[in-house]
Amino acid sequence: MKRVYVNEKWCLGCHLCEYNCAFANSGMTDMVKALKDKPIYPRVHIEQSDDITYAVSCRHCKDPLCVKSCIAGAISIVDGVVKIDKTKCVGCLTCVLVCPYGAVRPGPTGAAQKCELCLENSCGEPACVKGCPNNAIVYEERQEEK
Amino acid sequence: MSKFVIIGNGVAAAGCIEGIRSIDKESEITVISAEKHPVYSRPLISYYLEGKTTLEKMNYRSEDFYEKNKAELVYASAEKIDLKKGEVAFGSKKTKFDKLCIAAGSSPFVPPMDGLDSVKEKFTFMTMDDSLALEKALKKDSRVLIVGAGLIGLKCAEGILERVGSVTVVDLADRVLSSILDNECAAVMQKHLESKGMKFLLSDSVAKLETDKAVMKSGKTVEFDVLVLAVGVRANTQLAKDAGAEVNRGIIIDTKMQTTLENVYAAGDCTEGYDSSIDANRVLAILPNAYMQGFCAGVNMAGGDSSITNAIPMNSIGFFGLHCTSAGSYFAQGEGEVYEEKSCGGIKRLYIKDNKLTGYIIIGDVTGAGIYTRIIREKTDLSGVNIDKLKNNATLAMFLPETRRKMLGGVV
Repeated sequence: MKRVYVNEKWCLGCHLCEYNCAFANSGMTDMVKALKDKPIYPRVHIEQSDDITYAVSCRHCKDPLCVKSCIAGAISIVDGVVKIDKTKCVGCLTCVLVCPYGAVRPGPTGAAQKCELCLENSCGEPACVKGCPNNAIVYEERQEEK
Repeated sequence: MSKFVIIGNGVAAAGCIEGIRSIDKESEITVISAEKHPVYSRPLISYYLEGKTTLEKMNYRSEDFYEKNKAELVYASAEKIDLKKGEVAFGSKKTKFDKLCIAAGSSPFVPPMDGLDSVKEKFTFMTMDDSLALEKALKKDSRVLIVGAGLIGLKCAEGILERVGSVTVVDLADRVLSSILDNECAAVMQKHLESKGMKFLLSDSVAKLETDKAVMKSGKTVEFDVLVLAVGVRANTQLAKDAGAEVNRGIIIDTKMQTTLENVYAAGDCTEGYDSSIDANRVLAILPNAYMQGFCAGVNMAGGDSSITNAIPMNSIGFFGLHCTSAGSYFAQGEGEVYEEKSCGGIKRLYIKDNKLTGYIIIGDVTGAGIYTRIIREKTDLSGVNIDKLKNNATLAMFLPETRRKMLGGVV
């Protein structure tokens, strides 16, 4: 399955991925209207360690703790993609408690949200990857380490 | 072909069904459910009262869950396990099993209380039916007295606060949420709850009930219309005990979820399994544990090989928008380093000892908390972790670059 991976070496720390993600998931067609002067809730975020920056988003684990731990049965795996049913989520954040990567966060309504690979929003492919100016985020198939 | 029977129909049972089906697609599964509902999310009963979910959305799995998994669901109370015959008796019927999973959950513990019989509107708060019954008794001006300031009592209080006149919570402990919070964090949470209108009587207990009045040990009196008993829960162990299984505070299970009886497994709130944070067995009555234990039991029942060796206590709970996550175990002052950071309306406390993070509590911004939970679960040696960064923020920046690149670079 194709997943989103980050290449620390190329990340400039420009945070464009966060804006592109928030826009792609906003359901709006105008980026300015979607993001300007509003708190944004991206599903990818940039972290910094000394002078290194890198993007973190859902790893779509093969055996995800969030799915097993969700108290509402709102998280499931559909064709390898870990998805949150926002209408069932009550915002208890047990998924935040267990995600080993810190990749799940509450969204604007309090329901938890995370990267779902832009497969169902208007972007159709990961917006963070598409908009990364330095190809520091890629969307590709990688083999499991033996 | 084997025949599988599951006693209980909560989240552990759902996990067991899915665990069995991950290995064996065909063998017969019978689920014996004392509650007349398909599996639902028990912790959501307070969210239901608060109007944050509906009875339909509380279904833990899709409508076709049993059909899709070829599981027969029977609404009855399991009465007896006959090991010699390999049978479970329920109602006037019996069913054979090759492998059995006991996922019987727990029951509210109601302590003997002087005058309890005189109280008309009294409830426990554990099941969907409890929640619906309580809802019927609530009126706009009801004065509600909740006995127990633990997870169940306080979630109940949150769920009903806006729907009633007043909510008073009494607890024998000197702090709220005493099973998951230390003194410092409990004080922060109590202050928040009081700011929303809850009243507390701590280090106190009900000495006597007189119809609509509770007299406390301290001599104080509280008048009420509705009484909720949320003192605690007890694992349902009787069936297992009668069948000869070793039982302590829960049904004793090994890391493969097997009881001390052959072909009999157990999972969820009725069990006492291995807690790696204290290196001993303990009842870990939390939902993630119930699902994982159920799944693990199911895999082993179906002939697979699964074990859980890294279970730890962990909780995520929020009240009126203020979130709290906690995990692991805490130690007494002086036994290690406790790092504390206070933020606007919140607090973070990290328990560090022998170069390990043993436990943590965060109230407020819980972003990334799972990374702390991870290093407790994995017993990560902190020599490979930047301690200053760990204290500062729960991000992957605390790890060595090569460790982090491995985490983010492959299929996990």
